[in-house]
Amino acid sequence: MKPRFKHLLGIELLTRSDIIGILDQTESFLEVLKRPIPVVPALRGKTIVNLFFEPSTRTALSFSLAASRLSAHCVNFSFPSSSVQKGETLLDTARNIEAMRVDGVVVRHSMPGAPHFLARRLKAFVVNAGDGCHEHPTQALLDAFTLRQHLGSLKGKRILFVGDIAHSRVARSNIICFSKLGARVAVCGPPTFLPTDIEKLGCEVFYRLDKILYEVDVVNMLRVQNERTDLSLFPSIREYRALYGLTRERLSKLDKSVLVIHPGPVNWGVEMDFEIAEFPQTLILNQVTNGVAVRMAVLYLLAGGHEET
Amino acid sequence: MKKPERVLLAGGRVVDPGNRRVRIWDVLIQDGRIAKVGKQLRATGAQRIDCRGKHIAPGFIDMHCHLREPGQEDAETIATGTKAALAGGFTKVCPMPNTDPPIDSEALVRFELARAKEAGFARVYPIGSCTKARAGKELAEIGSMKQAGAVAVSDDGSWVDDPQVMRRVLEYCKAFDLPVISHCELTGFPYGVANEGLVSTRLGLAAGPDVSESAAAARDILLAEFTHARLHIAHVSCAATVSLIRWAKARGVQVTAETCPHYFTLTDAALETFDTNFKVNPPLRTDKDRQAVIDGLADGTIDAIATDHAPHTKSAKEVEFDIAPAGFIGFETAFSLGYEQLVLAKKLSLADYVSRMTTAPARILGLPMPCLQPGADADLVILDLKARWTWTRDQVFSRSQNSPFFGRQLHGRVIGGFLGHKQFWFLHPA
Repeated sequence: MKPRFKHLLGIELLTRSDIIGILDQTESFLEVLKRPIPVVPALRGKTIVNLFFEPSTRTALSFSLAASRLSAHCVNFSFPSSSVQKGETLLDTARNIEAMRVDGVVVRHSMPGAPHFLARRLKAFVVNAGDGCHEHPTQALLDAFTLRQHLGSLKGKRILFVGDIAHSRVARSNIICFSKLGARVAVCGPPTFLPTDIEKLGCEVFYRLDKILYEVDVVNMLRVQNERTDLSLFPSIREYRALYGLTRERLSKLDKSVLVIHPGPVNWGVEMDFEIAEFPQTLILNQVTNGVAVRMAVLYLLAGGHEET
Repeated sequence: MKKPERVLLAGGRVVDPGNRRVRIWDVLIQDGRIAKVGKQLRATGAQRIDCRGKHIAPGFIDMHCHLREPGQEDAETIATGTKAALAGGFTKVCPMPNTDPPIDSEALVRFELARAKEAGFARVYPIGSCTKARAGKELAEIGSMKQAGAVAVSDDGSWVDDPQVMRRVLEYCKAFDLPVISHCELTGFPYGVANEGLVSTRLGLAAGPDVSESAAAARDILLAEFTHARLHIAHVSCAATVSLIRWAKARGVQVTAETCPHYFTLTDAALETFDTNFKVNPPLRTDKDRQAVIDGLADGTIDAIATDHAPHTKSAKEVEFDIAPAGFIGFETAFSLGYEQLVLAKKLSLADYVSRMTTAPARILGLPMPCLQPGADADLVILDLKARWTWTRDQVFSRSQNSPFFGRQLHGRVIGGFLGHKQFWFLHPA
C-alpha cells in the first residue's frame, strides 16, 4: 500500500482512511515484534535520521528501535535547545541533512511548524515527533491503536482528556485522531489549562472532573509539565491533585471497564496516584510497546518499503 | 526622472478626495505645481500625456512605515524604501522611529530628512520617539524634534506601559499640536506570534489575545480624554478596538486611528502552513475582526490606511515561525489590496478610499491638504484601475522581499506619477 501523503506532519492532515491504513499496517508489525527475532528486512539500505532539538527518551528510542527492526540505518542527533539560538539555523541543519542524502528525517522541535519547515525544504520524508504545542501524530496513532485493541472500535466511545490541554501536543493530536475515528471527546481541566476556542474542535468542555469522570469509557490523562508550574496557571500541585488528579479515591469509584492511558512520563502523585499503575485497565506500558509497531508502520509506509514482511 | 517645464495630463479621471468627487479633467503641471485643472485645457508646447482610461489622484501618504535606516540597512534604507513607496503611489511617507539608534533627537530627525533628500524619491516626514531611547521612561526632546520636522511621536513597536509617562507624553504634545501614536499592546501578556483563537489552538502557536490590543487602546483613549490631548491609534486589527474608537469619537475624545491593508484582506487562517511571511504584529485576526475593520473604515471610525511596511532580510524570515520577526513589506501592494477589498467590494467609494490614504493622514499629521487644485504641489499618482496583475519578486523595489502577496492576483495598479518637478513611471502611461 502506497500512502497518499509524503510526510507525517500532523493528524489534522490525515483522513480517517489514512489513519485506519496506518493502524492496519501496525497490526502486522506488532506480530513481527512478537517473533523470537523481531526484525524484518523491509527498509534495508534506507537511512533515517532522528533529529531531536528537544530532550526525549522514549520517543527517540522508540523511533530508533522501529527503524532498526525494519533493518534501516538510523542515526540519532540531539541538539540542546540552546544551540538553535546561538548557532546553526534550522535551515542550515536542513541543508546539511540534504547534503548527506538521507531517506527520512524524524524531527522533534520545541516550536510549532518546524517539521513543516523542513518538509518544504527537504527531498527526504519528514515525520513529526512532536512540534511545540502543536502535534505529536505518532503518539495519537499509537494511542488509537491501543484503544482499538481493547475496544474494537472507537466509534461512539466517550474519551476524556484531563489536564494541561493548552500546552499539550498529545492532546491536540489525540483529540483530532479520536474524533476522526468516531469517538466523542471531552476535555477537563482548570480553565487556565484549556486553550481558547477548544470547544470549536468539537469537544465538550468540563471544569469539574467529578462531573464527567464516571461517564466515560476512556480517560486520557496528561502530564502536568514541570516547567509549567507557573503560579498564574494553577495555585499549587496540592490543589491541582485534589481537583483534577486521578487519585486513589476517584479510582475506587471508577468502573473497572474504564481504560486509562497517559503519554508518559507520568508525574506520579500529581496527575495520577501511583496505585493507578496497578489498575488492570491502565494501558501505559501497552502504549509503549505499540509505539514501536506504529512507528515501524509509519516509517515503512513513508519510506516505501517492500511488501514482504 | 527628467525635469519637464509644462506637462498636460489629458483626459484622465481626476479623483478629488477633499470634495469626494471623480471627474474627467485635464491637469496642467508647471514648475512642479498644478497650474490649471479643467475640461480640455489648451497648453501649447507642453508635454502631453494621454491619461484617457486612467485615474489621477493626489499622491498617497503612508503615515506608518519602517525604513530601517539607521541600523538595519541590510533590510531597507531610506533610499530603497522611498523608491518602493513611490512604486506604490506614496509620495509622502512617515517612518517610525524604532531604528537603531531610535529617532529620539533633533539630530536624528535631521539625519533622516537629509538621507531622504539625497535619495530624491518619496518625501519623508519623520515620526520621533515619545520617550528617550523608546524606553518608556523619560520624555524625549519632542519640541526640538518637531522643530526639525517630526510630524508625530510614537514608541511604535512598544506600548508606553507606565500610565504616568503616557499621560505626560500626551500633555506635553499639546504644546506642539502633535498627535501621539500608540502601538496598543499590553506588556503583561506573552508576546503573541498569532491571534489567540481556534487557529492558534489548532496550530499550537503561542498566541496573544486581541484584548491585549483593545485594553491598551481603552487606557490610552481614557488618558486622551482626561488630558484633552490628541491620540492616534496605530494598526487597528480587531473588532473590540474599532468599537472603543467609535465610542470615544462619539464622546468627543480627540482620537484618530489607522489600519493596514492586511487587516482587511487576510485572516489568521493564512497561518496554516506556518509561512513566516504571514507573521505580523498585531497578528492577523479572525474574519469577524476583518469585517469590523472594514466597517470601521466605511463609517469613518478608522480614519486612515497605512502600510506598516516592515522589511526583513530573507535570512531573518527563513526560520521557525516562533522566532521569525513580525511584519512584511507593504508599499507596493497597498493600493491594489484596498482597491480590491474596499472599492470593488463596494464598501467605500473610490474617492473615500483615496481620502483614507491622502486627506485623512494629512489632517492627522498637519500636512498640506492633498488636492489637485491650482497652486498645489504636483504630488500625484496615475492609476490604472482596470489592470489585473500579479506581483512577482523581480518587480520589487524594496530591498527586502518578505511579503505574503507574491503570486496573488491584484486589481488596480499604480503606473506612475509626479513628485513636484519629477515624473516617475513604473509602467508606460500608454
